[in-house]
Amino acid sequence: MARSMCWHCQSEVSGEYFCERCVKVQPVSKETDYFTCFGFPRRLTLDQQELEAKFYELSRAFHPDFYLNKSETEQAISLGNAAMLNTAYRTLRDPIQRAEYLLALEAGSVKDIRTSPPADLFEEILELQDTLDEYRGADRTSEAGQRLLATLQTEQRTLEQRKQTMESQLQRLFAEWDALQDRSEATSEARAERDRLLKQMREVLSNRTYVNNIVNDLVATIG
Amino acid sequence: MLKKVANEAAGSETPRRTIYGTLRGIATENEVGDLFQHLVMARIVGIDLGTTNSLVAYMKEGRPCVIAGRNGRAMVPSVVAMTDNGLIVGDPAKEHLTRNPERTVYSVKRFMGKGLADVQNELAYFPYTLTEQGGVIRIKLGEKTYSPPQISAMILKELKQRAESHLGESITKAVITVPAYFNDSQRQATKDAGMIAGLEVLRIINEPTAASLAYGLQEKTQGTIAVYDFGGGTFDISILKLKNGIFEVLATNGDTHLGGDDLDRLLLDLFVTEIRSAHGIDLGAYPDHLQGVRLEAERAKIRLSDDVKTQVNIELPEGKGRFTRELTRDQLEALTMSVIERTLPPCRMALKDAGLAPSDVDEIVLVGGSTRMPLVRQRVEALFGKPAHCHLNPDEVVALGAAVQADILSGGTTDMLLLDVTPLSLGIETMGGVMSSLIRRNTTIPTSAKEMFTTYVDGQTGVDIHILQGERELVKDNRSLARFRLKVPPLPAGVARIEVTFLIDANGILNVTAKDMRTGLSQSIEVKPSYGLSDREVERMIEDSFKFAAEDIGARKLIEARLDAAALITTTEKSLEEGGRLIAQHDVASIRSVLSQLADAKNGNDPRIIRARMADLEQAAKSLTVAMLDDSLKRGLQGKKVSEVT
Repeated sequence: MARSMCWHCQSEVSGEYFCERCVKVQPVSKETDYFTCFGFPRRLTLDQQELEAKFYELSRAFHPDFYLNKSETEQAISLGNAAMLNTAYRTLRDPIQRAEYLLALEAGSVKDIRTSPPADLFEEILELQDTLDEYRGADRTSEAGQRLLATLQTEQRTLEQRKQTMESQLQRLFAEWDALQDRSEATSEARAERDRLLKQMREVLSNRTYVNNIVNDLVATIG
Repeated sequence: MLKKVANEAAGSETPRRTIYGTLRGIATENEVGDLFQHLVMARIVGIDLGTTNSLVAYMKEGRPCVIAGRNGRAMVPSVVAMTDNGLIVGDPAKEHLTRNPERTVYSVKRFMGKGLADVQNELAYFPYTLTEQGGVIRIKLGEKTYSPPQISAMILKELKQRAESHLGESITKAVITVPAYFNDSQRQATKDAGMIAGLEVLRIINEPTAASLAYGLQEKTQGTIAVYDFGGGTFDISILKLKNGIFEVLATNGDTHLGGDDLDRLLLDLFVTEIRSAHGIDLGAYPDHLQGVRLEAERAKIRLSDDVKTQVNIELPEGKGRFTRELTRDQLEALTMSVIERTLPPCRMALKDAGLAPSDVDEIVLVGGSTRMPLVRQRVEALFGKPAHCHLNPDEVVALGAAVQADILSGGTTDMLLLDVTPLSLGIETMGGVMSSLIRRNTTIPTSAKEMFTTYVDGQTGVDIHILQGERELVKDNRSLARFRLKVPPLPAGVARIEVTFLIDANGILNVTAKDMRTGLSQSIEVKPSYGLSDREVERMIEDSFKFAAEDIGARKLIEARLDAAALITTTEKSLEEGGRLIAQHDVASIRSVLSQLADAKNGNDPRIIRARMADLEQAAKSLTVAMLDDSLKRGLQGKKVSEVT
């Protein structure tokens, strides 16, 4: 990892996070992405054990507990690095967040939340919203209320199944992405493949988020 | 800890770099510097600042141990009393609960970081007067009012002095524990208390995680543990993963207003009702007796952890006799069941946030005095489906853990590291009174979030930001932490770009910084805490504490001298009774005369005179002590065969 000068002894820093000359901790550069921070390639399947082991190793290197006897500068660097490390770990640990982060790195933000249902879900979601409204207004102990509850519970199972289907779809896309990375080709076919995968991932991720929010809303209402 | 690159020194000829060959093989100047720093670094103690009791501990040869006071007890009751001779703390103050209830403060931890409105419905239970000033509760003691951090500081000072006299060195640095579910204001208030007490608070650490450190050090466990911490005033549950010396908190939950105090209150209410119907006496009019009933309720509750039934015996006011009743464990459990049940939903929430089922937890650690109740233990074991661990003293384990953390900070323990989380989501107020979450609860700390702000109106020169903590949707249902105003240069609407960084440090305390992205300049932010003391107020309280320190020391010396004198009088009288016949009559008379001089001195106000008379008495009683020693030796030899002696 090419990095500039050590803030302390001005020597060139090429190692990971510590100056080889004066052993002072170096701030993680703002340009360093989470994958690089952990020393991983931009792949979407990660060994959780390996990720955790690396997280613990870097925590031992950066945590403010170990910098109390050091200068104020070093304490500030330690705090910043540890905060960054914790965010990086939280993001990479979760497959969905990891994919969203990779998409943001490769193709700009995906955080724009879908406000209208995906086309194939349109009718279903509209109907669900009506049932939900009806249920909120109904006497829950009445027969009608119980009937509505049963409908909603069925709908919840259907949506959760759909979510799972999308998640397996994502798994396949992740595997394809990783295979493409491993081949590391610079051909125009490879570039087209890359763009296709990113586009598909973005589509499925945003649909999944939408369905996930609906399910959460449903669970919050029916308990 | 980090690996050091020491090979450079071996072949290096740079004159500035000295090679030290004796310490740990070959070390660079840098390393020796670190080692030296560790050796000279002032000792850091660990303090458990509890609702009912507080303790101080330190690391002694790799093992944490609590420091006992002159009376041999490690626990200092978290009680502060204002007497005619000044403020007193701990066991002597506890005696004033019934003698002097309106000037004796207990359970002050319940008021840390709070406003008066927060505690409105329990004001009736406290015999002392509470007021409010600038969003902070004040406690009236005699002519003056004190903030909860000032009262807590008096307890901390007592612990500080205890550690100083035990270790024979000045103590200025500490790790202090707080309930895991304490919010930012409550943590800040604890830190303020430390500063007022003359302590640099190097770390605020969560009580259940502190307990896990002490536990992990002793048991060398790996796996998932749940720490169930049910103390005097607060309840916490923390789920941790222990692996290769890393203590990673997965989730925490709790209730900072749920503890043994609440169980005592239920008993108190029961007794008060029964006394009213049986004797027609309303104890509400007798604060001193009410405190007596509260203490008796607490003692009965404690006895019922071992016994299945107990006798309650309460003296009624104005010589109206006594109230007695039998209380069974079943009755206590029926009465307190609903309060104990309230600890279970937080446990389930924590498990859910950790993504675990109860059966995934390998071990349960019980912390806090309230976990001694058999019903509590039963409910926890039923929830997790396995027996709970209780090898360590639940009263001391938090202080011991604080000492371990102190040792980690001073560089002594290097193989353990605690990764804790923030218990509550942090956010800011957005349009329509809705909280927008920036940092989710159970995020590993330290952690930070950045947010960009701009203006809505041309020439607008400020943006008001309201910081909140909590899990609810609406601002009004969450805890207001602070407000501040971002300064913006007058520009057309939407042009200004101010980036605000919200950083929660390893203490779980929020730090806010802002940067103008157009100029790249950082700006300082003056945060107005919603329920806390401003920096200026804390400074003034520190000054005050110095001002009154001299006075306090005087009062303290007097109290200690009186206590010691009382003890000496008692033992001397006992000796005279037992051994007076062994010495000459006039020796007995002279001892009695010095004894009465000491008793007079004890009633006076000069500790120096008391100490002088004590020395006189010790001198005068020497013949008696020697005679008694000889006598006991002689009797020890009597009745034995010569062969046994020689």
